[in-house]
Amino acid sequence: MQRFSAFSLFRHALSHHQNWQRSWRNPEPKKHYDVIIVGGGGHGLATAYYLAKVHNVTNIAVIEKGYLGGGNTGRNTTIVRSNYLWDEAAHLYEHSLKLWETLSTELNYNVMFSQRGVLNLGHTLQDMRDIERRVSANRLNGIDGEVLDASGVKKIVPHIDITSARRYPILGASWQPRGGVARHDAVAWGYARAADALGVDLLQACAVTGFELEGDQLRGVVTDRYGVIHAGRVGCVVAGNSGVLAGYGGFELPIESHPLQALVSEPIKPILNTVVMSNQVHGYVSQSDKGDLVIGAGIDSYTGYGQRGSMPVIEHTLAAMIELFPMFSRVPMNRQWGGIVDTTPDACPIIGKTPVENLYFNCGWGTGGFKATPGSGHVFADCLASDEIPALAKPFALDRFYSGALIDEHGAAGVAH
Amino acid sequence: MKQVNRIAEGRLIDRDVPITFTFNGRTLQGFRGDTLASALLANGVKIVGRSFKYGRPRGIIAAGVEEPNAILQVGATPSTQVPNVRATEQALYEGLVCRTTNGWPSLEWDAMAMVGKLAGKMMPPGFYYKTMMYSQPVWHAAERVIRKMAGLGFAPTEPDPEIYDKINRHCDLLIIGAGPAGLAAALTAQPSGARIIIVDENPTPGGWLRFSDDQVDDAPARVWVQATLHALRAAANVEVLLRSTATGLHDGNFVTVVERCRDHLAPTVTQGLARQRMHRIRAREVVLASGAHERPLVYANNDVPGCMLAGAVSVYLKGYGVRPGNALVVATNNDAGYQAAIDWLAAGTGSATVVDARAAPTSSLVTRAESAGVVVIQGAVVVDVVGGASVKAAVVCDFDAQADARLGPVRKLAADVIASSGGYSPVVHLSAHLGHRPVWREDVCGFVPNPDHERLLFAGAVTGEFALGESLEQGAIAAHQALSRLGFDAPKSLAISGSESIGFALQALFQVPHPLPTAKAPPQFVDYQLDVSAAAIEIATREGFESVEHVKRYTALGFGTDQGKLSNVNGVAIAAKALGQSIKETGTTMFRPNYTPVSFGVMAGRDVGEFFEPKRYTAMQPWHEAEGAAFEDVGQWKRPWYFPRGDETLQAAVRRECLAVRQRVGILDASTLGKIDIQGPDAREFLNRIYTNAWLKLAPGKCRYGLMCSEDGMVMDDGVTACLAPNHFLMTTTTGGAARVLQWLELWHQTEWPELKVFFNSVTDHWATITLSGPESRSLLAPLTDIDLSPTDFAFMDWRAGLVCGLPARVFRISFTGELTYEINVNANDGLALWQALMAAGAEVDLTPYGTETMHVLRAEKGFVIVGQDTDGSVTPEDLGMGWAVAKRKKFSFVGQRGMMRADCLRSQRKQFVGLSPLNPSCVLPEGSQIVFARPQSLPADMVGHVTSSYDSPVLGRSFALALVKGGLDRHGEIVEVSVGPDRWEKAELRSPIFYDPEGARQHV
Repeated sequence: MQRFSAFSLFRHALSHHQNWQRSWRNPEPKKHYDVIIVGGGGHGLATAYYLAKVHNVTNIAVIEKGYLGGGNTGRNTTIVRSNYLWDEAAHLYEHSLKLWETLSTELNYNVMFSQRGVLNLGHTLQDMRDIERRVSANRLNGIDGEVLDASGVKKIVPHIDITSARRYPILGASWQPRGGVARHDAVAWGYARAADALGVDLLQACAVTGFELEGDQLRGVVTDRYGVIHAGRVGCVVAGNSGVLAGYGGFELPIESHPLQALVSEPIKPILNTVVMSNQVHGYVSQSDKGDLVIGAGIDSYTGYGQRGSMPVIEHTLAAMIELFPMFSRVPMNRQWGGIVDTTPDACPIIGKTPVENLYFNCGWGTGGFKATPGSGHVFADCLASDEIPALAKPFALDRFYSGALIDEHGAAGVAH
Repeated sequence: MKQVNRIAEGRLIDRDVPITFTFNGRTLQGFRGDTLASALLANGVKIVGRSFKYGRPRGIIAAGVEEPNAILQVGATPSTQVPNVRATEQALYEGLVCRTTNGWPSLEWDAMAMVGKLAGKMMPPGFYYKTMMYSQPVWHAAERVIRKMAGLGFAPTEPDPEIYDKINRHCDLLIIGAGPAGLAAALTAQPSGARIIIVDENPTPGGWLRFSDDQVDDAPARVWVQATLHALRAAANVEVLLRSTATGLHDGNFVTVVERCRDHLAPTVTQGLARQRMHRIRAREVVLASGAHERPLVYANNDVPGCMLAGAVSVYLKGYGVRPGNALVVATNNDAGYQAAIDWLAAGTGSATVVDARAAPTSSLVTRAESAGVVVIQGAVVVDVVGGASVKAAVVCDFDAQADARLGPVRKLAADVIASSGGYSPVVHLSAHLGHRPVWREDVCGFVPNPDHERLLFAGAVTGEFALGESLEQGAIAAHQALSRLGFDAPKSLAISGSESIGFALQALFQVPHPLPTAKAPPQFVDYQLDVSAAAIEIATREGFESVEHVKRYTALGFGTDQGKLSNVNGVAIAAKALGQSIKETGTTMFRPNYTPVSFGVMAGRDVGEFFEPKRYTAMQPWHEAEGAAFEDVGQWKRPWYFPRGDETLQAAVRRECLAVRQRVGILDASTLGKIDIQGPDAREFLNRIYTNAWLKLAPGKCRYGLMCSEDGMVMDDGVTACLAPNHFLMTTTTGGAARVLQWLELWHQTEWPELKVFFNSVTDHWATITLSGPESRSLLAPLTDIDLSPTDFAFMDWRAGLVCGLPARVFRISFTGELTYEINVNANDGLALWQALMAAGAEVDLTPYGTETMHVLRAEKGFVIVGQDTDGSVTPEDLGMGWAVAKRKKFSFVGQRGMMRADCLRSQRKQFVGLSPLNPSCVLPEGSQIVFARPQSLPADMVGHVTSSYDSPVLGRSFALALVKGGLDRHGEIVEVSVGPDRWEKAELRSPIFYDPEGARQHV
């Protein structure tokens, strides 16, 4: 792999950037892989990378029906944090956050992870009880966080309106300084490039249309472009389309796929230096390095696979932004888009084995998948590399919906489900 | 400053009305009808911005919404700033203040340009992915610098003084675009009587006819446009919306149209007049006649100020009477370019040269141009520009498209404006908002709309049809088709004729070859706003970014505020060439709303400030306000939190209110509790299925407490339901849960048990509920009612109808405080009167109003849970110690039964509901504090629960709390540690959650 550095930029500038290597190959698929990952988003690519890097499993293919990172990886609002309430979720997201902190150097690719801090606002007495509870739990889980009152919020975000004139005045917030944002595309590309360098085959524009089954054992996948490709194990990381792929395996998942929308303003000069999230006044916002206000909307209540949502959700979200920041009213909104989020009954992911032998799923990240990308890939690689499900992933097994051992993170999911 | 470039013509301006404005502090003058861009050009302003990445000077390129460079900050005061205004769209008004936002120390002398020149080569696309990655602090330092340099304008720093409107509308036919095709469609459709709305983003209709010399029915087309506008405006069934942009097409032909009502005026706040209005239009049929944008040719240094679009040059000349220079060179690959040269010379002295990439164009325009004095050079291209801050000369080469695009020797043509025309890109945006991919047409050399729409038709240039006669015809046909589908009569064509069109005879050319290879040539810009050059696109493809989406995301092509209106097709063409594939195979990126940016304000409309969300008040609100109550937000309700007397603190007020209820009598406004009226022969059966406990035997006149669980067996709501008649019940819910519970009931009824005959109605607002609670409540109420209050006739959990203070009422004997309590429900209109009557009657016993905080303390002393505070969606009835409220042997089962029977819900060490007595009786534990059995030696700690409610109890004389603790039901008496802050701990004893009157004697008296 060609190393990236300021020096390499300088050197390549002299040759007019004509000698950069490809970031990844466009390989012809082999007939058999030890592991096939279905889904070339951040989670899938991270899984492939860690399988190759940590477990030395390099006979791997990642199969992507579109282009790498083109699903929710490239459509989210890029917020990274680990201030979850329940131990199981907090440990997983904190594992992920620790990987984020060294990810750029690990991948030799600047994913622009910017630890500018995340505020989760409280507007009611019950919000503040929940914040106190969550921060108290974070503290005892070794995760940074503190409870701020309204003036503490104002110190960090000078332009926010904390006056009692608002419909739901800001009473305070939880503050996680280590949280932040990252460049979403770069995460996919960085993992893809690093995985490719370790020998992973990245097969783009190739859709999986079925599974090759022998009894209840999985032997491979059926693709639209290359026919059957055999595999020892298959890991599916396809977010909104998980239900469709589970159908190929003959089982159902407790997942509902909904549209989730986001939007950006036109680029403006720096005005917001942190991430602000609010559940009560529904929306969340940060400012990208390019200057856009990146704003997350609520989930649409209907289910579907169309990557677009309904207009009222966008309208309400911008009303919420003006409620928090009245001076944003004259800022122009540039573009809106939608993704499909895979939500579970307890707002926590499903990681691990399925009723089909050799078939593994990693899905159900709902609205919170981006922040988990490194951690998710890391633990899913553990799952696929051995028979043993790692401790971090165990609580997220599919069978929790039968046993009832749910991890209800609705309160911390950041988006009302 | 004189308007050095102003000439005699100018169809859109009114020379009798001069307008003064300021640009970067300089006072300039223009005329009414000018855009900011035309006025700046008239004044000889060349540089209107600095580029984003390399700090290069940039000038005005276009004359419409596609402008990528002239992005200005407009506004005179901190509250009326508008960032990123396209000067080409902003009408000039008296006193307009605008400025550029990049360039330090000045726009003309920018230090960044030096950096761009020296280090630009080190900033290829994606350079930031390749460097600054060594550690988080290094990146953060770099990021601060990057952020400062990025961004265009400034957000206002004060709230917006203006208001915004929304209007929902329906029409049979929505026509988007009032150019020739759109007007023809409207004219055709009007006599049918169908309801028609026609919208156009410009202040005047006509589209390109406004600036052309075309004729309709042998008269100037402008005359026809004016006549058509008058005819349409006079028709009752047509509405013409100008300055109105269709910004998005959504499912079901739902189109958002933003009308800029007052942006062309100085921002003065006029009561009731909106700055902008969003028309949310549901159209049965839509005709998209959105036209096309001319695109530039991609040659080296094509961003030097003075490089423009050929069509824009004509627009400024004819529309605004502005000629932005003397010596014009037009670079073109089609006939349209000649028109700019002809117009240029028609406007006075000067020179005009057309450099045509085609070897032997045959159009009559060529001869017309030559006879007008235009120098025509055929089979040649402009490959480069001489000049830094402004164009000095065009570098021209002979060019042979057939012979592998070979270039001949270089020569220079003096010029101060270089206008280019690379063909026209249909404005397909709205046709693609629902995911329909536009289709490449080789003959048009552009993407046209995907025809696969059910209720969307296309007419005019958007279809790739650029001739006037055919556009008019297409408009008529589209209107006819749309209306016949709706059952209206409309002619198939209009009896009008357009002047003969010259055609474009375009020869495909996007990136103009340069004597040097692209990588070594001076930058050939594709996306001006984001400094994306042809070389950058080549680098991206070389690095493996092959999907057009990857190219976009890696280079930022089309990421600007213009969303690639000028750059999209050129970028795709260059990528396709680099990848060795066709443009058709390469395709476009997604088009998403908004077509042009839209203010946050108009998206929010009136739903801001006090209208952000409705405030719900009870009937007694005037009294609460007059008494100086402090309020708490509960759901949408404003509830009295406590009633301070004098300068009492929350603590003091609550203490007084608590003791009043425990010792005498208090009065609470409980109107916000959700109330659902349930009727029907199967009402009882329905309750039996939706609640965990049994309902089959509840008799009229009786009430029962019920627990409601979700499918997973977790408590989701609770409340008391009264049997009003055998088939008639009144359910109460938590205040915050009222809407959710009603939806829940409807969900189960409509999707699972439609066979049950039962109906639900929300009656929360119909009733005012006043709670009298305390040992003296009976003696207070008895003289005021005709209901017999004797404990034998009206026992705990009974309800009775009667008169209270002469008002018809339902009185419930239920209790959330543990004291003798009467909950009086009257018609909401009588609520205030009853409250006042009770207060008057209770004056002798110091009847004390209390708020939610006191209610919370009193119920907590009794161990009554608040769903949502003491539970969180992970708590079963058993966890709450309320197994008694679960009837496990119901005939039909109930919602949540199977969920709560799952293994994990039955295990012993679940978190269970307990009371907590802090060992320090004056310590009120923070609500939310986590609990451990033993202080942790290391992190993560083993957390076993948390404090859900915590108060100081006046009647107990100490603090107390409620909590969920692992295995808590069996751990009464154990001591736990509560984390009350970083490294701060308090000890507390686990106990029964019922702290006061465990026998329940007081509520039963």
